[in-house]
Amino acid sequence: MDINLMIEIAPLLVKAAWVTVDISARALFFGFFIASALVALRTSRFLPVRWSARAYISVVRGTPYFVQLLLVFYGGPAIGLRLDPFTCGVVVGAFNIGAYMSEAMRGAIESVESGQSEASRSLGFGRFATLQYIVLPQAAGLMIRSVGVLAIILVKNSSLVSIISVVELTYQAQRLTGSTYKPLEVFSLSALMYIVIIYAVMGIVELLYRRATRYTYL
Amino acid sequence: MTQTAETPMVELKGVKKRFGNLEVLKGIDLKVDRGKIISIIGPSGSGKSTLLRSVNNLEVIDEGTIMLDGVQVNRPDLKGLAFERHINHIRQNMGMVFQHFNLFPHLSTLENVTLAPRKLKGVDARSARELGMELLHRVGLADKASAYPSSLSGGQKQRVAIARALAMRPKVMLFDEATSALDPELVEEVNQVMKSLAEEHMTMLIVTHEMAFARDVSDWAMFMDGGVVVEENTPERLFTNPDQERTCHFLRKHLASQA
Repeated sequence: MDINLMIEIAPLLVKAAWVTVDISARALFFGFFIASALVALRTSRFLPVRWSARAYISVVRGTPYFVQLLLVFYGGPAIGLRLDPFTCGVVVGAFNIGAYMSEAMRGAIESVESGQSEASRSLGFGRFATLQYIVLPQAAGLMIRSVGVLAIILVKNSSLVSIISVVELTYQAQRLTGSTYKPLEVFSLSALMYIVIIYAVMGIVELLYRRATRYTYL
Repeated sequence: MTQTAETPMVELKGVKKRFGNLEVLKGIDLKVDRGKIISIIGPSGSGKSTLLRSVNNLEVIDEGTIMLDGVQVNRPDLKGLAFERHINHIRQNMGMVFQHFNLFPHLSTLENVTLAPRKLKGVDARSARELGMELLHRVGLADKASAYPSSLSGGQKQRVAIARALAMRPKVMLFDEATSALDPELVEEVNQVMKSLAEEHMTMLIVTHEMAFARDVSDWAMFMDGGVVVEENTPERLFTNPDQERTCHFLRKHLASQA
């Protein structure tokens, strides 16, 4: 192992790792809103609305992320959808993770006991207020860990956006391999960086989880 | 509709409810005058809980009318949001206590009590706190104000649930087997709180398995079986000398199981 080379290329990889974090964080942020919208659509009173939300989720779950990325980036321009690589990575990531996250959210909301809603409704709270004050604060604790797992998948999947030439961690590593001919060193270091990012995500998730479920051991 | 002292607090007429093909309420009439306490007893599956839950529309009835203090609760003529607004307003006047307490686990005891007055009546934080402490004091749990439900015993949880329901200053309290899920030694503390409400002439509709308690506090008692009121009378009469064979049979079986 050429330790000196690893030290030398580390700053370049750290910079690229930051792009990985950036693209994943943005996708997660927008994905959250997409997921919330999907949850709302799935409880709509109108069958076609419910059905289209389900169809969307099925399509996302039924196709590889890689294909989704290629489809939007290379197929998009044909229908007037021209996105720069970074934006495309964020958009596809958000719509992809949003579909999975909506299922996690729905599961969490449904697993809050029905007695909670009944107690709230019996006091005179409406549907929305019941969701706001009673159901969602409890569902949050139930969904955080599964959303955390999805965030980790999102970070790992972000390596695929290298195919549309976003200069993130994996793309940079491939480039450095080409110039140094030391794939073992370069990819080991990039793998280490993924581990650091993912453990940081897990740490944040654990903190949020404890915060959201504080009441269970107070 | 005008309300007078004679207007019953709760009145049900010809209430019918079906779950699919199964008719669980087969035309129930019931009247609770203000300040009175009515107990409903009966075997499980008799429809007594469904009846109670129908009163505040947690179960939607198929036929009949339900009135609260002269105002119709079920309104088949109102749809969607209009009904939503109507029922939310009605429910603010009815306190409900559940078998499994259903306290909000993410809120402290005090917050459980004050949430509804703060959000629904716009009571400011300080007044809500005073009201909450007063009610917790009344159920003997002022020292648990900052505790969370997970740290309370079943009896304590149910007392908080009663305080939470009282916080909206309801006209009537509905108790759905409030002591059925409690360990025997915790039943008394909840019964005590209910008795104190009775002494203050709170109007109450109680579904219960506690025959002794029902006999003790009620002004009127009903025995339900198979979705109908089999018999109703003063508690003295119903519990000691019922007219119907089915009531007799139920009471005998119940006493045997408790002995």
